[in-house]
Amino acid sequence: MQLFQWIADIPTLVMNNYPILLQGLWLTVRITFTAIVVGIIWGTFLALMRLSNNKILNSFAKIYVTTFRSIPLLLVLMWFYFALPQMIKHLFHLGPDADIGTSCAIIAFTLFEAAYYSEIIRAGINAVSKGQYHAASALGMTRSQSMRLIILPQAFRAMVPLLLTQGIILFQDTALVSTIGLVDLLGAAVKRIGENIGSTAEYSMIIFVAITYFIICFGTPRLIRKISYFKKG
Amino acid sequence: MTFNWTLFFQSTPYGDGIYFNWLLNSAMLTLSLAATAWIIAFILGSIVGIMRTVDSKILNRLAIGYIELFRNIPLFVQMFIWYTIMPLFLTGSFKEWFIQELDPDIQTFILVSIALGLFTSARIAEQVRTGIQTLPIGQRYAATALGLSKFQTYRYILLPNAYRKIVPTLTSEMTNIIKNSSIASQFGGLRELVGLITSMNDQTNSIIEILCVITITYMIINYSVITIMRFVEKKTRLPNMMSGG
Repeated sequence: MQLFQWIADIPTLVMNNYPILLQGLWLTVRITFTAIVVGIIWGTFLALMRLSNNKILNSFAKIYVTTFRSIPLLLVLMWFYFALPQMIKHLFHLGPDADIGTSCAIIAFTLFEAAYYSEIIRAGINAVSKGQYHAASALGMTRSQSMRLIILPQAFRAMVPLLLTQGIILFQDTALVSTIGLVDLLGAAVKRIGENIGSTAEYSMIIFVAITYFIICFGTPRLIRKISYFKKG
Repeated sequence: MTFNWTLFFQSTPYGDGIYFNWLLNSAMLTLSLAATAWIIAFILGSIVGIMRTVDSKILNRLAIGYIELFRNIPLFVQMFIWYTIMPLFLTGSFKEWFIQELDPDIQTFILVSIALGLFTSARIAEQVRTGIQTLPIGQRYAATALGLSKFQTYRYILLPNAYRKIVPTLTSEMTNIIKNSSIASQFGGLRELVGLITSMNDQTNSIIEILCVITITYMIINYSVITIMRFVEKKTRLPNMMSGG
């Protein structure tokens, strides 16, 4: 059957082209990592704004989160791919072919995912019992102290599984950057290798990418659970 | 930078009315993609979700495998598989009919909505399972005590309650499916809302205006879906259920 032939072709194709595949995977990991770290930080600020009594901050965060959550990621990427580079180049007087595609993609992912993270974090903060706030203020802590020292550490501990799931979703979403011409894992495999070699190489590479994503997305949460289980003893 | 905000009310160079018609067509395509995929996702998701809750070990394992498979591969890659690889496995007269007689746009539409439907079905399956498992176990016992068969228990007791419970999460899956349908624009030049951006930009070269209008269109669509589903939730709520579940 053809399918088995394509699968049998995968090892040779991968061995012959592994530098470009690794480069692609590196871009995928870089985007994911930056978007998770910065996204959680910015998401925490958004969540705190959402919970604050300041009307301006509150409505800013609300509009930000609703907007980003109601449009597709691909549309956000389009914004950052078509509109932002023009503005940046206009502002900083860069040449017309300065390469800012990768940074634009990273910014787009960070801003987009922060909206989702902020909803998770807001729910986490709300889930911490009210008694904790009262206890903190009884101890003479200010609002920011009690948030920083009492509430957030507990909230984050409870949120780890959800943040992890969102991280995996984010990792899967990064496959979309190949649509704006960046060479991530999918772009490297299908566009570079598949279309260069031609014939059935494209099919083999698509299957290879699917398997790779499956292994990473299926394995990572289980691995992390195992490590944290051992740490607890 | 100068903006041309009346762009969508100017006539197209093809003589098919104004650009606003293009926008309406694209919005309709997005909605029909999402609706087709939703039907697939809802039926398959319900079946797999129910399989997760029955006693049989084999069915359980099968359902887990299905869910893990479709959840852990990115939708974009899944669409690639359906769009490029799956048509090669068709055989006989069906293949001839599918590839030669069917309009290419319809071919793409079918393949992409299957991919989107299967991807979403894994998520819906998880929610149906949660809906059933969070019902008090007494309902199942009571049904058995009343002499209902397994099928009857699910049909008349468990499923009606479970679906009522998961209306809010199903709503968010609906908005997800609408958002995810945008990935279809990358296959076969399908001109749904995101696909419209590039093709219209080639014609008019005013990207900011187009992006703004498309963004607003998505927000309107999602807002209406949420409003409609809130109404459905209210209508289907039972008098003894506190705030919908």
